[in-house]
Amino acid sequence: MSIVYAILVMCILGAVFGVALSFADKKFAVPVDEKVQRIRENVSGANCGACGYPGCDGFAEAVAKGEAPVNGCTPGGEKSAKALAEIMGVSVEACALEVARVRCLGEKGVAKERFTYSGIQTCRAAMAFAGGPKECQYACLGLGDCERVCAFDAIKMVNGIAKIDPEKCTACGMCVKECPRSIIALLPVSSKVTVLCSSLNNAKTTKLSCSRGCIGCKRCEKACEFDAIHVVNGLAKIDPSKCTNCKACVEVCPVNCIVVEE
Amino acid sequence: MRLSEIGLFLFMVDCILCNNYIFSRFLGCCPFLGVSSKVETAAGMGLAVTFVMGLASLFTWAVYQYILLPLELTYLNTIAFIFIIAALVQFVEMFMKKSLPALYSALGIYLPLITTNCAVLGVALLNIQSNYNLLESVLNGVFGALGFMLAIVMMAGVRERLETSDIPLPFKGFSISLIIAGMMSVAFLGFKGLV
Repeated sequence: MSIVYAILVMCILGAVFGVALSFADKKFAVPVDEKVQRIRENVSGANCGACGYPGCDGFAEAVAKGEAPVNGCTPGGEKSAKALAEIMGVSVEACALEVARVRCLGEKGVAKERFTYSGIQTCRAAMAFAGGPKECQYACLGLGDCERVCAFDAIKMVNGIAKIDPEKCTACGMCVKECPRSIIALLPVSSKVTVLCSSLNNAKTTKLSCSRGCIGCKRCEKACEFDAIHVVNGLAKIDPSKCTNCKACVEVCPVNCIVVEE
Repeated sequence: MRLSEIGLFLFMVDCILCNNYIFSRFLGCCPFLGVSSKVETAAGMGLAVTFVMGLASLFTWAVYQYILLPLELTYLNTIAFIFIIAALVQFVEMFMKKSLPALYSALGIYLPLITTNCAVLGVALLNIQSNYNLLESVLNGVFGALGFMLAIVMMAGVRERLETSDIPLPFKGFSISLIIAGMMSVAFLGFKGLV
């Protein structure tokens, strides 16, 4: 019998508190901005914190205030960016979507190796050991630090370097932070033509260490009609806002380090 | 210590200083270290805990004496108390969101965490253990929470000073906070036997 009482008592207590709280909820209801609510419905709801705000609620409030960009929700991707842009009355074009890209093409056989590394299999450890096993100190070490940190399974190690699947990438920026060589960057999705090299070495050193490293020859700079590509510190850089994806630079590059993303 | 034996003042001293929840019973250490970076938020947290602890003592005592005891369900006390505390915290949260939005956002995650603040459950269970009557229970709750507030505000004061002090690298940040908490606890040991 006492077990019945026990169940009854807990049920009654629960019911009493439930009713009291629902009354309190009505009484102390705080009017929430309708905009915030609509934004909240259109973000991913993952509470991942990639946007830099405390959860999706914090992000929704910041967007409503105009503090956060409408494309700030990376897991929500294009869909949520569009929905949020509509709610906020801004154009989607104004806020470019981004994707992470590994700026290195130094696969096995492309980037020369200095020695065979067989220590702890992380990029960070490999780099601490005499600056890493590759000749070029800007080369992707391919031991998968970024792969392990990616929550969306978008990074794979292919032939000794990291490859990012742009379909799966949500531009959360975790790999950008993790990469000990800082060669992963967030670039606008719209810019299809990118220089996939990070080497700031001079032409001779680059040539000796990698067959696809940018040697800063400035041929691309001359070929570009739109003033979009410039060689800075011995490395070609494309300005996404000026680039028209005409591919003129891709054709002239002697080392094939300017790549067209499909 | 019974209220009738030692009087209100000594009862208060006993709750706040001699049996301080943080420094001598080591209950409620999570918010003590989590919300003690600013004096204002620490005081706010202290007030919220005081409110919840006072009400929790009242309700848990009533539920225990009038429901659990007559039905011989005293073994349910822990679970029933957790229930009551959770509901109360929810209520305080709603109330604060409405009337004290600044404090609400300052306390952030620590407000719902009062639910799992063991000092609150501790006070409810200790009231039962010590056979306190209604007045003693509520006073124990309120004074106990004031002791908690004293501890957390003192800690916040120290930590505000730490911000600008030159601390050796191995002690920087959380470790020095823990060391200070330990020293304060040792200092509070001096109040033992006062009542």
